[in-house]
Amino acid sequence: MHFLILAILIPFLAAACIPFIHRRIGLINIGWLVLAVPLALFIVFVFQIPVISSGDTISASIEWIPSLGINFSIFADGLSLILALLITGMGTLVILYSIYYLSPRDSLPHFYAYLLLFMGAMLGVVLTDNLLVLYVFWELTSISSFLLIAFWYHRKNSRVGAQKSLLITVFGGFGMLAGFLMLHSMTGSYSIREIISVIGQYTDHSLYYPALFLVLLGAFTKSAQFPFHIWLPDAMEAPTPVSAYLHSATMVKAGIYLVARFTPIFGGTASWFWTVTLVGLVTLFWGAFCAVRQTDLKALLAYSTVSQLGLIMSLFGMGSAALHFGAEPEGAIYGLATFAALFHLVNHSTFKGALFMVVGIIDHQVGTRDIRRLGGLIAFLPVTLTFAVIGSFSMAGLPLFNGFLSKEMFFTASINAAGLPLFSAVSWGWIIPVVAWTASVLTFAYSMILVFQTFFGNYHPKKLDKKPKEAPLGMLISPAILSILIIGIFFAPNLLGDHLLKPAMATLLPGVVGAAPHISAWHGINTELLMTLGVFAVGAVLYAFLRQWKKIYGILPENWAFNVLYTNFLSGLERKSSQITSSYMTGHLPHYFTYIFMFFIIAAGGSLLLSGGLTFDFANDAPLPAYEVLLAIVMMIAAVAILFAKSRLTAILLNGVLGYSIAIFFVLFRAPDLALTQLVIETVTTALFLLSFYHLPEWQKEKSSKKTKIRNAVIAISGGLTITLIALSVNGTRLFDSISSYYENSYELTGGKNIVNAILGDFRAFDTLLESLVLFIAGLGVYTLIRLKGGKETRKNGDQ
Amino acid sequence: MEINDVILKTVAKAVVLIIFTFGIYLLLSGHNEPGGGFIGGLVLASAFVLMFLSYDSETVSDAIPIDFNKLSAFGVLLALSSAIIPMFFGQAFLNQSFGYFDLPIYGKTELATVTIFEVGIALTVIGVVVNIILSISEDE
Repeated sequence: MHFLILAILIPFLAAACIPFIHRRIGLINIGWLVLAVPLALFIVFVFQIPVISSGDTISASIEWIPSLGINFSIFADGLSLILALLITGMGTLVILYSIYYLSPRDSLPHFYAYLLLFMGAMLGVVLTDNLLVLYVFWELTSISSFLLIAFWYHRKNSRVGAQKSLLITVFGGFGMLAGFLMLHSMTGSYSIREIISVIGQYTDHSLYYPALFLVLLGAFTKSAQFPFHIWLPDAMEAPTPVSAYLHSATMVKAGIYLVARFTPIFGGTASWFWTVTLVGLVTLFWGAFCAVRQTDLKALLAYSTVSQLGLIMSLFGMGSAALHFGAEPEGAIYGLATFAALFHLVNHSTFKGALFMVVGIIDHQVGTRDIRRLGGLIAFLPVTLTFAVIGSFSMAGLPLFNGFLSKEMFFTASINAAGLPLFSAVSWGWIIPVVAWTASVLTFAYSMILVFQTFFGNYHPKKLDKKPKEAPLGMLISPAILSILIIGIFFAPNLLGDHLLKPAMATLLPGVVGAAPHISAWHGINTELLMTLGVFAVGAVLYAFLRQWKKIYGILPENWAFNVLYTNFLSGLERKSSQITSSYMTGHLPHYFTYIFMFFIIAAGGSLLLSGGLTFDFANDAPLPAYEVLLAIVMMIAAVAILFAKSRLTAILLNGVLGYSIAIFFVLFRAPDLALTQLVIETVTTALFLLSFYHLPEWQKEKSSKKTKIRNAVIAISGGLTITLIALSVNGTRLFDSISSYYENSYELTGGKNIVNAILGDFRAFDTLLESLVLFIAGLGVYTLIRLKGGKETRKNGDQ
Repeated sequence: MEINDVILKTVAKAVVLIIFTFGIYLLLSGHNEPGGGFIGGLVLASAFVLMFLSYDSETVSDAIPIDFNKLSAFGVLLALSSAIIPMFFGQAFLNQSFGYFDLPIYGKTELATVTIFEVGIALTVIGVVVNIILSISEDE
């Protein structure tokens, strides 16, 4: 098996092993063992850099469902490698950090199992070439994110936040799946590379634009783009290492990855350019605007993440214009945006990861994240302060930090996009640099809030529960490494640019030449530099007069529209569906039978009549022996006698007569497997009846109106008639080809002489497998309903 | 359930053994003769049910410490893994193989991976059936 396939599988296998290992090792923190997984994978991926930077790609494939064209195919190019390195690298740092962050009272095996599950799923998303495999891993990341947000599930907010994130991202995921299926029905392929190579012929197809918007829906919900951003701030209920890892560095980048990956498919159209750019810009602005008003440091970082994701998204939108020009020199000019997006993607992970860890340290060492209670921590947390300064200043775009470089490029790209001679950008393009600049000013302001209101100003010992002290060394290692990266990238950006970003550009913008520039900090005095200086000046003024202008937030309603919309929609949905359900789920068994039989009569009987299958042919019927007639008469008598049974026991026994007679018929017709099954089922059912006997209410005659009785009689007779007619016409009608030839070589293929089992266990084993799964779930359902019915009150008491 | 019946208990002891043997026979012979995972599982489950009926459930639970929830989960996992493992040998999902081997006592015998799948199904059936019946019988 190819090593990249193994790289995806290893985290899953490790997660499966955790429960078994955990009990053995006892005292040692299991995190130390888990740490080895991402570290080893990171080293493996680092060794792939030379291969990728020389312009090669890595691919491998194993068959999964070959009959549907679904293969577990792996494809690694520059873009995949960047994300794989982020996933494993950040994973290593976050696990190291979490060893010190989590308390031993937390359920560590769960935490690390979920984290590994996520890591494997995320690697699957970025390394696969097959759309359906991508979708499966995509939803797995949503599920592991749900589990991690609800890690402290005794808190109500955690559960609500987890539910919100799951509902929104899975909703988008379904849309994306529909988009993928549309792409397949257009091009006939699930392979992204194949679709890219043939999509040129299908741009006029009627499904092209629906697919475009549905894929974007998936990307926007996952990457928390406006107006779907509302789940991300609530996801901050997760432990801080999770927020640093999933909700800023990796999982929320999956949507951005998707947009980047699909740029060669949909890029170069006006819809893609404007949708991605504008949604990105609105998110950029709105996230930054909301971040300034936050008083919880983590909420501030959440909105700032939303905002930064919008920035990267808008850059990918602008960059897509380059595909319109191809190898012409304009391609390089607009393609710069894509390069900046990739660059900022890496930079954002470094500084935001560091900042989340800083906030985690503050929360852990001081006991609160509330800005109103914090202040003057410089005396207690000097090392943490250093990391906070490095992270925030990079986020604000100050020089000496990597954020400066990508921010400058962002301004360049936005100015370029404003002058785009396409997509009516001449009249509307000026919006782009204006929004970019305004949002950057706000970004500068909240970055300053983060540093100065936490570490400087007055220290309020009375507002704090415990005396703050510097974090243990282990907690400081990870933010230290990220801080070194932040500064390191500023001084040697081309190391990253040449080896990872350039090869990624080749697959993102195929045919565009020279869009990957040499990154340098100093371009001489130009518009971008003036914009940056303006950001610093206006941002500083905004920060200084924060108290005065913050009043404008009061004008806006407290809980803004989208959250209210979401809650109302959810509660309305719940109310309506419970109304509909209770209208027909009456708890009255005869009603349910009425629905079932009515449906059967209409569906089966109706299709029998409509398809013209109602023909009888008695020519080849076998002669009817006397004992079969006798058995049939016994069954009829038993069936009619049930109607007049005076006690429940009689009814049960008569029902048993019916069941065993059917078993005898199976024997007569030489179906030993069916006869055996029928016999054992009858026996077990009788035992079940005996057990339920105590619980059943008094047996009493049904007192129903005449109308109901007639209605029931009609349903009963037409049900019996339908069955009889179907049974009689089976022999005389051939609507479809016989499938028996399919099983002709059963002995050669399966080596089994019992064809019934050959069908169950081999030909149609998928059915059997899923049936056993259904049986298992039903069993669990019965178990939980009966055993845990008294559990409601304990659950309420456990709520906090 | 408090049933104190000496005859039933004595008969049950003998019969349960027969049913168990029969169930396992059905399970293993399903490849070539009537039987198979589902029927074998049902027969085995009915043996358990007979035990629970003739003795009270605490006595049986002490004698056979099986968590039937876990048993059915294990069965599903076994069936699933017998479906997935062929993929590691370059075959399709759920592809079963068989071969003929010379075994010491049995002579030339056919061994098929489908038996593992059938055992998984049987364990699921046993777990679910016994679990449902136990849950209902212990419900107050």
